[in-house]
Amino acid sequence: MKENKILFKLFISTFYLSAFTFGGGYVIITLMKKKFVDEYHWIDENEMLDLVAIAQSSPGPIAVNGAIVVGYKIAGIKGIIVSVLATILPPFIIISLISICYSIFRENIIVAAMLEGMQAGVGAVIASIVYEMGSGIVKEKRVDHVFIMIISFILNYIFSVNVIFIIIGCGLIGYFETVLERKKIS
Amino acid sequence: MIYLQLFLSFFKIGLFSFGGGYAALPLIQNEVMTYHWLTSNEFTDLITISQMTPGPIAINAATFIGVKVAGFMGAVVATIGNILPSCIIVTCISYLYLKYRKLDTFQKILKTLRPAVVALIATAGLSIMINSFFSNGIFGVSTFHMQAVVIFGISLFLLLKKKMNPILVMVLSGFLNVGYMFLTGMF
Repeated sequence: MKENKILFKLFISTFYLSAFTFGGGYVIITLMKKKFVDEYHWIDENEMLDLVAIAQSSPGPIAVNGAIVVGYKIAGIKGIIVSVLATILPPFIIISLISICYSIFRENIIVAAMLEGMQAGVGAVIASIVYEMGSGIVKEKRVDHVFIMIISFILNYIFSVNVIFIIIGCGLIGYFETVLERKKIS
Repeated sequence: MIYLQLFLSFFKIGLFSFGGGYAALPLIQNEVMTYHWLTSNEFTDLITISQMTPGPIAINAATFIGVKVAGFMGAVVATIGNILPSCIIVTCISYLYLKYRKLDTFQKILKTLRPAVVALIATAGLSIMINSFFSNGIFGVSTFHMQAVVIFGISLFLLLKKKMNPILVMVLSGFLNVGYMFLTGMF
């Protein structure tokens, strides 16, 4: 009975966070910490920091990864199922409804004009994100990282090399760099 | 078999998007282009809608593309495909972490991935920009939209210099275009 109550609470809180958090995975994970560490005291602070690190460094959407680590910690596999379901349901419902209306709305000239303007806006949003992330990497002052950034861009944009090969390639470079570093230390 | 195709495509997107948020963008674009699931206009609309609604881009894309290509079941299959790699990988790592408490090798590899992810987002962003500056992404004087370039410039200024909320910037850019069409008598 007590377990059911925890699962129910977990479902409601992750559902709520997923439905009302704008601004992506990094924001949602901060709110998860607030809820489960500071409010419910289900997870201890230091452990949560590491769980957040796992969620951020694993592949896939950060919000989903966050739900998995939190659900797993709180109630094992059952917890994962509950929190993941609660996380994906809100966007699933919202986008399903939008997709049904999309083709009807798109015909309307005012909606079309609105969306066209927003396309230029979304271009600017992505440009600003690339600028901020890119300057962060340049500021690191690591020649190898800047080199990786430039080569990846050329391979993908000019030579149309598949995104997946570029990611696997860079992952391997990172792995060998770590191995070499270890050998130097020892 | 369309369901299997959707499942595998979104499984790939889930497995190879490192770094959250926009990291999935180039991968989604890659799959969409390969199978011609969306036109470049629809793809840009999808990103716009994702920006305006809560939820990860990859889940939004799985739902949107799934519904369009194969109805409700298509959306379910694509979404499950997208979260399955996370469920497996994150659960394994959490299990190992709670047992051994070690994470550093993994995080070091991620550091090398980040510059590549930025470059890939740049490529995807570039094609979205070109699509908004030129009708259907075809270069030419007759397809060029000057107002889109102006809206882009204003938006970038508000985002970088004024640190304005991206959702607000996008609503504003939508209204700017409606205003422009109204003034030039296109309605």
